[in-house]
Amino acid sequence: MTGPIGARIPRNEDARLLTGRAQFVDDVHLNGMLHVAFRRSEYAHARLTAVDVSAAREREGVVAVYTAGDLGGYWKPGPLLVSPPPIPGLVFHPVTQVPLARDKVRHVGEPIAMVVATSRYLAEDAVEDIVVDAEPLEAVVDLELALAPHAPLIHEELGSNLAAHAIQRKGDFGAAKSAAAQVISRRFHYDRGASAAIETRGVVAAWDANAEQLTIWDTTQAPIPIRNGLAGMLGLLESQVRVIAPFIGGGFGPKIMMFYPEEVLLPWAAMKLGRPLKWIEDRLESFTATTQERGQIHDAELAVDGEGCILGVRDRFLHDTGAYDTYGLTIPINSQCTLLGPYRVPAYDSEFTVAFTNKTLVTPVRGAGRQHGVFVMERLLDLAARALGLDRVEIRRRNYLRPDEFPHDHAILFQDSAPLVYDSGDYLPALEEAARIVDYRRFISEVQPRRRAEGRRVGLGIVSYVEGTGIGPYEGARVTVEPSGKVRVATGVGTQGQGHFTSFAQIVAEVLGVAVSDVYVVTGDTAVFPWGTGTFASRGAVVAGSACFAAASTVRTKALALAAELLKVDQSRLMLEGGKVSEVGRTEHAIGLGELARRANPLRGAVRPGTEPGLEATAYFGPARGSTASGVHAMEVEVDPETAMVRITRYVVVHDCGRVINPLIVEGQIHGGVAQGIGNAFYEQLRYDESGQLMNASFMEYLVPTASEVPPMEIAHAETRSPLNPLGVKGVGEAGCIPTGAAFAQAIEDALDEPGLEILEIPLSPNRLFELMQAAKESGSMTVGGPG
Amino acid sequence: MSSPVRLDVTVNGTRYDRWEEPRLLLSDFLRHELGLTGTHVGCEHGVCGACTVLLDGEPVRSCLIFAVQADGREITTVEGLASNGEALHPIQAAFRECHGLQCGFCTPGILMTVSALLRDHPHPEASEIREALSGHLCRCTGYQHITQAVRLAAERLAP
Amino acid sequence: MKPAPFDYHRPETLDEALALLAELGSEAKALAGGQSLVPAMNFRLARPAILVDLNRLGALAYIDQQPDGELRIGAMTRQRAAERSPMVARSAPLLFEAMPWVAHPQIRNRGTMGGSLAHADPAAELPAVMVALDALCVLRSQRGSRSVPAQEFFTGLLTTALTPDELLTEIRIAPRPAGAGAAFLEVARRHGDFALVGVAVELRLDESGVCRSARIALLSVGEGPVLATAAMAVLAGNPTTAARIAEAARVAGQRDIDPPSDIHATAAYRRHLASVLVGRALTRAAERAARPAAAP
Repeated sequence: MTGPIGARIPRNEDARLLTGRAQFVDDVHLNGMLHVAFRRSEYAHARLTAVDVSAAREREGVVAVYTAGDLGGYWKPGPLLVSPPPIPGLVFHPVTQVPLARDKVRHVGEPIAMVVATSRYLAEDAVEDIVVDAEPLEAVVDLELALAPHAPLIHEELGSNLAAHAIQRKGDFGAAKSAAAQVISRRFHYDRGASAAIETRGVVAAWDANAEQLTIWDTTQAPIPIRNGLAGMLGLLESQVRVIAPFIGGGFGPKIMMFYPEEVLLPWAAMKLGRPLKWIEDRLESFTATTQERGQIHDAELAVDGEGCILGVRDRFLHDTGAYDTYGLTIPINSQCTLLGPYRVPAYDSEFTVAFTNKTLVTPVRGAGRQHGVFVMERLLDLAARALGLDRVEIRRRNYLRPDEFPHDHAILFQDSAPLVYDSGDYLPALEEAARIVDYRRFISEVQPRRRAEGRRVGLGIVSYVEGTGIGPYEGARVTVEPSGKVRVATGVGTQGQGHFTSFAQIVAEVLGVAVSDVYVVTGDTAVFPWGTGTFASRGAVVAGSACFAAASTVRTKALALAAELLKVDQSRLMLEGGKVSEVGRTEHAIGLGELARRANPLRGAVRPGTEPGLEATAYFGPARGSTASGVHAMEVEVDPETAMVRITRYVVVHDCGRVINPLIVEGQIHGGVAQGIGNAFYEQLRYDESGQLMNASFMEYLVPTASEVPPMEIAHAETRSPLNPLGVKGVGEAGCIPTGAAFAQAIEDALDEPGLEILEIPLSPNRLFELMQAAKESGSMTVGGPG
Repeated sequence: MSSPVRLDVTVNGTRYDRWEEPRLLLSDFLRHELGLTGTHVGCEHGVCGACTVLLDGEPVRSCLIFAVQADGREITTVEGLASNGEALHPIQAAFRECHGLQCGFCTPGILMTVSALLRDHPHPEASEIREALSGHLCRCTGYQHITQAVRLAAERLAP
Repeated sequence: MKPAPFDYHRPETLDEALALLAELGSEAKALAGGQSLVPAMNFRLARPAILVDLNRLGALAYIDQQPDGELRIGAMTRQRAAERSPMVARSAPLLFEAMPWVAHPQIRNRGTMGGSLAHADPAAELPAVMVALDALCVLRSQRGSRSVPAQEFFTGLLTTALTPDELLTEIRIAPRPAGAGAAFLEVARRHGDFALVGVAVELRLDESGVCRSARIALLSVGEGPVLATAAMAVLAGNPTTAARIAEAARVAGQRDIDPPSDIHATAAYRRHLASVLVGRALTRAAERAARPAAAP
């Protein structure tokens, strides 16, 4: 019989969500609550000369209006959230965001003034009363021009817009290149996108002057660091600040920042005014005030021998960090490391330059730069295969690391400052399985030619990736058995829909032999569990899950020890099943866990020294380094050669995230990731004009895929357990979106089969595809003139 | 501020007689005046569909209707979906079984659309399901489990 | 994203509504389904001082047929009602085919036929359909009533022939002659989005396949719906051969339109799409005209 781990079971949290009872931040209603709106910069780059809030202050219903000057000593740039790894020769200039702009604004949407009023409607009226005098400056929008000699300076004190520069190398690329049979060199573009969680950000802050207690409801993925930081800034004990991340309507990365200006300002103003405050970001704000991702340009070279075996890769890339670089170098290092993929790469020479631009801050969004690396490598392999006349599945097969090459040290550093070492993996079976499911051979030999004869253009993309997941530093969990026999689990990670209430419950249920539905998980409330970091980097199940496992194991040990004493049986003769402990073969004398919990917490009598009351344990887990998940995606597309519209007709994923705790949840994570990846590939692009204005700041213009655009998906699980944690799990949260762009590009090239048509950019719009098709036709044929 | 206007509306079977400022959106009225916070707000321009409620039985965006326009009308929100004594409506149960929700933020709006879809089309074609769901943005699920949930609910509810 | 304040009126009758508009003048804005106006107000891109809510004018929600076959659609008819109307399906198959392309069902449940026309978004489907159908728009005010052909009703970007005191009350679609065939096609980024380009075609062929009349209206290629007169002239009086259709399609893309470039499509791509779609729509409409049993 299989236990709860690995079971495909519905989620514990769903009943609350389905009936509208689950509490999200905007559902918090407090007596006397006031509402906040922000005056934000309309300019991408401007010097502020005057901010006149007098009319706003006089408007009926307005309680307070604050500008940078009103913050006094509280005004200071935020902390650097992630320190860069110790890469030799690293250049890094941290410049972090401020609560309210003082002298300059550096991106559209940067907050300038904060209005507090009796309703959000009135607060928005008052925002319009504020007069901002600003002297517009030339905006830095284009990533390459940002580093040009006479580019306008975003942070004058730095003397340039260079935010960082790093080189990581192994082997000798120069030698590899001279030995190569083929060298493929191309430039790749990957443009900006938004996380577009359906719930925008929000903060509610309340100061209880009697209890001297500050409570903050925040749509954050990392409540504990927010609490710690705020306590320091406000001069409070950490115990005086409680941050609650209740149900969160999707995170995808941008809901972890330290700090968003609103997270700093609302608690401060709530204390100052003695009234609870609420700010809920609206969608318009969200498009410029919530962090974004992507925006890289790669100049990459792949050297292969005559058999298609990789000799070396060189990549020089630019990364756009936006107006500030609070999140350090996580994204470009992810791109740098993930590029290597499942392949044996003897020589790697990777150099990146990070530039400031007058755009919204860039922080990790699902995939967090990994998709950029995968796109570059997979495209290079496709081009090499084409140049060598080699099958694209075959070239991958020839370069995969073999199972006997693990752990595999890539000899460079990963984002968590640990060496990039793959813990385990077995890549070839996944490739073969994906090729089998899509019937690759038949597709290229029969289906595609037949369709082409009918005038239809169908294509297939099949690509691989690995993903570093489940990084440290640590998470913790406390497991408590109640006298009722029900089990409480508390952990510090926030949850944004990943199913932690269920997967953590499954882990604990497996260890304690109770029903999953009897395990109640609490996450994201610093008053319940005060230690931890947060939900990011596909680490919840790996790190917090392992902590749950460890805590539950200690509880199990305690329960068995107590039961042995009560039943007067040696522990080795005991079993724990169905929530009861009994001697093997004598289940009629079973003692329930609830009874044991009660007996472990006596109201009278003597307790032996060293005994802890109750059936409870707290444990922490910190992996030495991340575990490496992997997979293969295959996608079939049909391109209308006249309109350049693309329909994705089939999507297959074979993935390996180690041991699967709940297949239903894992598949859901992959489905959602793929949908986001499809959005990234063909629909979603944040379009800035030359002055740094975002031209598509609405859901009408920024195209999140709907049920009509996302194809049915087929998923197969492979399982290479991680040796780095007791459960053998690897992360899966980001996997779905990482190789999608690469698969899409290959599939379109395959469908159109036009010499000279190469897809080297993501996102690709139908308009852009049309232009590429026209250009390929014109260069391919000798036809002169003729309208496009 | 313009003068309040009277509003006599029935929400989930309960009648409310209020005076509200005309610009108050129905979504804000339901959430913040009546405390029915199951209806969520995701974009306030009618695209995401999270705020979808039934107005006289038909799914509409509550962010694109002023509360006062609901005068004399009947509204059903997610809180009114399961009937008395029932923990979950069969559609809600199907969503749970199929893992048709993750963060759950878009879910209430989708449930309202699906309830009207299955009332009008007890045996919906795949294209009808897709058409109805396309009026909603879900960022978590990739829609696959949602589509499965709608099919399962249709099977269970079909006369 | 909360609307600026406004005064609100909800007349119970058309006369009351017209009296309010006459009295309030250009400060007032009529509120029909609100599916375009309210988003604009939430973004504070539109800030009417006064709203006259037409949603109580139940008398303007109807789909009727005159004895001569003319179809009359009340302006406050919900789009969803037109989409589901067998009468529309029978008498105006072009409109019937276009309805599902209008946004999403949740929007069509609230959006009205008249509201979409009066809003006059160049990317909207219904204005182009009405131009292709040569529909009549009935405009009422306290001063009286007038009928304006759809083609003249749309006067520019988001502007119409309506004066501030007037309301669009009805749309009239003439009975369909024998030998008619229609087609509506559009290319949109996502299902339910405004089109990159769309085309509405209403053809009439005689028994020998000669085109008696062709009306081709394009959307999303100008400041309003664009009647492709040059392409129409290529067809009129000639047999609808593949070559004729190809020529009409080419002319539609190259001569009839002067499309804008925006973040979704360049002018060149729009011209190209217009030619492709006009060609496909004409082919489809001609097949349907030749085989009247095949809807639409």
